[in-house]
Amino acid sequence: MVWVNAIVQGVLVGGLYALFAAGLSLIFGVMRLVNIAHGDLIVLAAYAAMICIGFTGMNPLLAIFLVAPLAALCGYALQRILFNRTLGADILPPLLVTFGLSVIIQNGLLQVFTADSRKLNAGAIETASIPIAQGLSIGVLPLLMFVTAVAIIWGLQLLFYSTAMGRALRATSDDQEVARLMGYDNRHIYGLAMALSLGIVAIAGVFLAVRANFDPSIGPQRLIFGFEAVIIGGLGNIWGTLIGGVILGVAQAIGAMIDPGWQLLAGHLVFLAILAWRPQGLFPKVDG
Amino acid sequence: MVLKGRPMADAPLLVIEQLNAHYGAFQALFDVSMRIEQGEVIAVIGANSAGKSTLMRSIVRLVQSKSKSMRLRGDEISDVPAHGIAARGVSLVPEGRRLFPSLSVEENLLAGGQLKRKGPWSLETVYKLFPVLRERRNQKSTSLSGGQQQMVAISRALMNNPDLLLIDELSLGLAPVVIKDIYAAMPDIVGQGTSAVIVEQDTSQALAVANRVYCLRGGRVTLEGKPSELTRAAISSAYFGV
Repeated sequence: MVWVNAIVQGVLVGGLYALFAAGLSLIFGVMRLVNIAHGDLIVLAAYAAMICIGFTGMNPLLAIFLVAPLAALCGYALQRILFNRTLGADILPPLLVTFGLSVIIQNGLLQVFTADSRKLNAGAIETASIPIAQGLSIGVLPLLMFVTAVAIIWGLQLLFYSTAMGRALRATSDDQEVARLMGYDNRHIYGLAMALSLGIVAIAGVFLAVRANFDPSIGPQRLIFGFEAVIIGGLGNIWGTLIGGVILGVAQAIGAMIDPGWQLLAGHLVFLAILAWRPQGLFPKVDG
Repeated sequence: MVLKGRPMADAPLLVIEQLNAHYGAFQALFDVSMRIEQGEVIAVIGANSAGKSTLMRSIVRLVQSKSKSMRLRGDEISDVPAHGIAARGVSLVPEGRRLFPSLSVEENLLAGGQLKRKGPWSLETVYKLFPVLRERRNQKSTSLSGGQQQMVAISRALMNNPDLLLIDELSLGLAPVVIKDIYAAMPDIVGQGTSAVIVEQDTSQALAVANRVYCLRGGRVTLEGKPSELTRAAISSAYFGV
């Protein structure tokens, strides 16, 4: 039962990893931009939520509804003002700019908030749990996290494949030059994609901050988790991203059962094994 | 008297004066001038690398080019960005068709019509023009044959209800029987008052449907006129330079 418990908790944490991954893979899919600052933006969102809560005293889970739209707005501005200038035939400039942004965010946060670790307190919901069987119970908060992840990924799937905006995003991703001939302004479309990505980042950031301690330095680690989930699931497949996150979460949980020091290592090993065995990921995007 | 900002009713649809285009140090077009009247079908012929595609891409602003003027219904368009051209009623069928591979046939068409310009063309009317597309509407665009892909590419451009339709290399890589089918649809397309520019390396089909022809060689216009008034010898000398 201990093992079943570990696996169930791993699955639920996988939802959070899928949230890290979804925004990352969305940006890469639409504009071939590898956002190195993604993890730091997650942490930045956590601090933004902390400030909101400091002013209003609201529950962190409610703060999501304030922080996520704000982050989306910042995402649109960031894309239009900064990232759009770096996009071109060469993929190196955007990579370098996001790397620079990552360094700036980390050091900015360190300057303002110090290296102290923080945590957002969501109250009673943090310890509430639903007993399933003897020795197995599911925490309400992890469950909420997982359900939110599934809902967001389902929403993304719907947005991408059943709406005019999704069509615009996919057309621009396929061939931005021809898309412009149809009157799609690629700079605006990229802005929308980044807004969407940072909206999801904000949700992930708040959940991260409620679940565990955070400090300015933990961003890159979240970026790695996101990358791993994307690669495991297969690039360009939205549901694959969720499964990638779950596999990573379960691998870490099982590793931690064997030896607490193995938690992160086990996740990385599973990622490397899948990369060696199926470099295209488990569920790659089907072409043609 | 013409009100400022209002296009003159009798202004030609498109007038290009002294267009020059460069790719780095290489000059692709030299002082190309061109005029397209409302409802006209123009053939632009020329050998490979004569500058035909560059001319089309300059009109839709995908190539940064310099010209003395480029006026659409009297309005200067040389500083309009590429994504603003469709809204002004110019649509390009790009060379090599370039359908969106991750979109279905119908999604490709809807993308082409996303500005919702008013006019005769809709999903319903393009399916009437090319009935095979209705059967294939939910397929991936890349699963179609080359000829059907060209039909999608033309329909996608028509969905914008353009006043000026530019078709780059209409018959390139297509079977002769398919080319005939597509040319058979041309009267229906331009019959709606749309002007068209058809770029071709293979001249015979294009000359048969065109009101006027421009021949390009080495980035310069070497011949211009009505197909009926041009001799075969004049065309081949303009085309090949011999």
